[in-house]
Amino acid sequence: MRLIVFILGVLSITACSDLGVKPWERNVLAKPEMSLDSAPLTSALDDHIYFSKEASSGGRGFGGGGCGCN
Amino acid sequence: MKHKKITMALTTAACSLFNATPDVQADESADLGEWDINAAVLYYTESERVSAFEPVISAKKQIDSDESISLKLTLDSLTGPSANGAVPSINPQTFTKPSGNSSYTAPANEAPLDDTFKDTRVAFSASWEQALSRMTRMTLGGNLSKEYDYLSLGTSVMFAHDINQRNTTLNAGVSFAHDTIEPEGDIPTPFGIMQPTGTTQPRLTGTDDKTLIDVLLGVIQVVDKDSLFQVNYSYSQADGYLTDPFKVISIVDGATGLPIIEDATTNLSQVVFENRPDSRTKHSLYTQYKRNIIGDVMDVSYRYMFDDWEITSHTLDFRYRLKTSETTFWQPHLRYYQQSEAEFFRPYFVSGQQPGVGADNVYATSDYRLGEMTTYTIGLEYGEKYHDHGWSIAAEYYLQSVTEPSVKVGQLAQQELFPDVDAFMLRFNYDF
Repeated sequence: MRLIVFILGVLSITACSDLGVKPWERNVLAKPEMSLDSAPLTSALDDHIYFSKEASSGGRGFGGGGCGCN
Repeated sequence: MKHKKITMALTTAACSLFNATPDVQADESADLGEWDINAAVLYYTESERVSAFEPVISAKKQIDSDESISLKLTLDSLTGPSANGAVPSINPQTFTKPSGNSSYTAPANEAPLDDTFKDTRVAFSASWEQALSRMTRMTLGGNLSKEYDYLSLGTSVMFAHDINQRNTTLNAGVSFAHDTIEPEGDIPTPFGIMQPTGTTQPRLTGTDDKTLIDVLLGVIQVVDKDSLFQVNYSYSQADGYLTDPFKVISIVDGATGLPIIEDATTNLSQVVFENRPDSRTKHSLYTQYKRNIIGDVMDVSYRYMFDDWEITSHTLDFRYRLKTSETTFWQPHLRYYQQSEAEFFRPYFVSGQQPGVGADNVYATSDYRLGEMTTYTIGLEYGEKYHDHGWSIAAEYYLQSVTEPSVKVGQLAQQELFPDVDAFMLRFNYDF
């Protein structure tokens, strides 16, 4: 329930409608380093380490399968 | 009702919908028809424990303006000792290897490590992204991961829909995976007692499996011309064999804290094989904020996770990409992770209090990865990026600090049951 309230809260912030840019204002956002996952191989390697060493996984994308041994 | 609220909120946000422009996410795709290839290699080494070498290569081809395919191949070579879950003792202790054919000895006053781990993993994944309409994209994915004793097969579908002049992207997806494990020496009996080398070990079957279903719902929102954020909610359901077949729990004397001797001839300590529940439901909330600061890029994320094993965790991650020239950057990285222990975490059993052999409805593990733990990562990356290629090198230090049990009987009070584990990582990336 707390999660739902939080998500709706965030969504309602996004709905304030002042957020966002015009199409011609996207030159910075279009840069590769501004992509949310700008280094997917690094993210994948990191995720695999932490998946193997800690009790949590996923979040950014799917947690997926695989062995968590060692 | 919830969907109506979300729809209403987003409709309000979409004050004026124009035909717009590029994606919310930055476009890093290659030219049409050409393969865009990226490679990385990771070397990971723990002090006196596991080390791993992991090369990975990925390729993406933009077939046309609304269709692309991606392929990825990962190799993972792993070797070195790993904590077996037993407690240290003032005396050396002997344990039987998972195969049942040989043994290893842990020195006195050291957390016992099983040195038999040596594994190679090959993983392959492929995905196909296709625009379904002007504002909607679908990505279908498949992956296969194979180890000597483990096979994971998975598939996923993800939809992304842009609204609000493409300032907002709604993501929804589901993935399904089926894993099969065929461990060295078969699946142990829950709380079965480890036997000396060459005798019959307490075993159930040769193989077991589990299924995983993940659902992900997310929103990506452009805030202004320099920043954007995303919020993801993930639900994950795992069913089947979730136990680690190689982990054991010590049985100790209630007064002295010394491990009970199972076999005096071989000096084998009495340990039982762990048993975890056969289902786990996880929820996580992931938020990420990314901001351009005069050419530098700040990337902050936070994840909150909780599950029905009563583990909760907090993960904070911070990267700052410092632009030092038109082609070079430095990027410091900090990560903080904290988790509570699983409700069935038991560092050891006092003799007479352990569950009966085969009690599959009782759960216990001494695997420190399910204990109360805090971890820290600090790293630094240097990279150079040109028009058509780039490379970077990163060094990171990782420290795991596990909370010691509040009550330790007898000699265990002088022992460190869960010593810190630290690791050094070196990673090299190359974008062709």
